Amino acid sequence: MNGFRHRAAIDLRLLGEGQRSWVMAGIMAIMLFLTVLAGALGLGVARSASGIDRQLAGQLTVQLVEPDAAVRDARAAALVAAIARVPGVTRVRAADRAELAALLKPWLGDVGLDPELPLPVLIDVTAARDVTGAVTAAARRIAPQAQVDGSARWLAPVRGLLATLGWLAIGLVLVIAAATAGVALLVARAGLDTHRDTIDVLHMLGSTDLQVARLLQRRIARDTLLGGAIGTLAALALVALFQTRLALTGSEVLGGATLLAIDWTLLVLLPIGFALLATVATRLTVLHTLGRKL
Amino acid sequence: MANIVHFENVGLRYGTGPETLTDVSFTLAEGGFYFLTGPSGAGKTSLLKLLYLAQRPTRGVVRLFGEDAGALPRVRLPGLRRRIGVVFQDFRLLPQLSAYDNVALPLRVAGMRESEIEAPVMEMLAWVGLSARVTARPPTLSGGEQQRIAIARAVIARPEILVADEPTGNVDPEMADRLLHLFSALNRLGTTIVVATHDLHVIGRIPQAHLMRVEKGRLVDPTGLLRHPPGAA
Ligand SMILES: Nc1ncnc2c1ncn2[C@@H]1O[C@H](COP(=O)(O)OP(=O)(O)OP(=O)(O)O)[C@@H](O)[C@H]1O
Ligand SMILES: [Mg+2]
Repeated sequence: MNGFRHRAAIDLRLLGEGQRSWVMAGIMAIMLFLTVLAGALGLGVARSASGIDRQLAGQLTVQLVEPDAAVRDARAAALVAAIARVPGVTRVRAADRAELAALLKPWLGDVGLDPELPLPVLIDVTAARDVTGAVTAAARRIAPQAQVDGSARWLAPVRGLLATLGWLAIGLVLVIAAATAGVALLVARAGLDTHRDTIDVLHMLGSTDLQVARLLQRRIARDTLLGGAIGTLAALALVALFQTRLALTGSEVLGGATLLAIDWTLLVLLPIGFALLATVATRLTVLHTLGRKL
Repeated sequence: MANIVHFENVGLRYGTGPETLTDVSFTLAEGGFYFLTGPSGAGKTSLLKLLYLAQRPTRGVVRLFGEDAGALPRVRLPGLRRRIGVVFQDFRLLPQLSAYDNVALPLRVAGMRESEIEAPVMEMLAWVGLSARVTARPPTLSGGEQQRIAIARAVIARPEILVADEPTGNVDPEMADRLLHLFSALNRLGTTIVVATHDLHVIGRIPQAHLMRVEKGRLVDPTGLLRHPPGAA
């Protein structure tokens, strides 16, 4: 191990010890800053979307309009009992008159509810999975005119927007990854040029192209990791700030965007992935360029 | 003795210029000691470049260790180059490395472990009289000191062929003698030696050496002895 470390030290000295490529490190800091932000956006969006999906699947409202109060109350009780027996349903609850009045208040004003006003039956159903079909069937058997709505149906356009945002984030990460590979390619070519004399001598002493590639790879990996770490830290700080602000909104949709431990881990792995990418791009560039020489 | 190098009607042209080497044919026997002489610009360095695989012939055949150097795929070159030690006319030491690291380079390239490297490198530096300059970088060394580092680097990995281009050009006669002594010691151990030089004094020091002369890109070989050495296979 000590021998290896010593060899790595020699390798770095071969290309000039102090000549750390700040350009590469700087560019990588920016790249990783953007990538981690895009990645966090993508992951947050995915979290939020899956939260909505769970709600879309598990929240139903059964509505029944029945002018006759006695019939209405009987049917309501029957519906609640029938729906409760549907497998997967965890909670069934009919809204009482006071709740309905509260719901209607914005439309009817403070005049209070006329006791004679026929109100619809509203039954909230919560389920562990998508039970729309089974609940609809159960409700229709009791009251053919019953209407079953996904109560979170209004979330569907939001869900669509989130999906678009998710694709956008994935696209951004891919574009930045491609740009990173491109930068690595340019830096590798410049490195071959700058160190041409050294590389010529190494070849004359019997170095293989792979050995030469490894010299440049090591250097680029080191600069990429350094710059990438800085960019990633900055981006993570920003993401953490956003996360606390999201939590403060108390919004269910926005709050659903809270990142989990696995998400943070993925974000931290991004600079390592990018360093690997830059290393591979360097290796291919060097082997390709040298392969065309004598 | 087997032939280690064989040139057959070799021509070399740089770019689109005139031929620098024309119809060069000769055979080197394994374990031989050869001097290559000729006026400046005659093509000595060019001939050596073909020998140490820095150039491929424009035409003709160069055979090294029985392999056709002109047709060898790139991946095979490092293996052959490791069997050849070179003292470049302009040294080509790496200025960013210490004398020690320059001399150790061929061993590191060959993948030797650090623990196996130190003793031979120190021994080699002692041999060329530079034990005191182990950590010095080439730009801080005199021309003669740099030349000795270049020679140490060329021989450290025990090459089968040692190619030296004006290896005594920058050293005093005493050091020249010492270096020639090193070369002939290596030669006795079986290394084939090819030395390009103008220095008659140097040539006179190795009586058993063969002489090759290049003039205007052609090998002067009136008797055909270089082309068909006696006893060659
Ligand atoms: N890389 C090159 N490109 C173009 N021409 C070259 C190149 N190297 C050498 N030449 C030309 O080839 C000819 C022979 O040069 P070479 O270096 O082989 O001579 P030399 O015998 O080694 O001379 P010297 O004794 O001065 O070292 C010269 O005319 C030189 O200008
Ligand atoms: Mg020359």
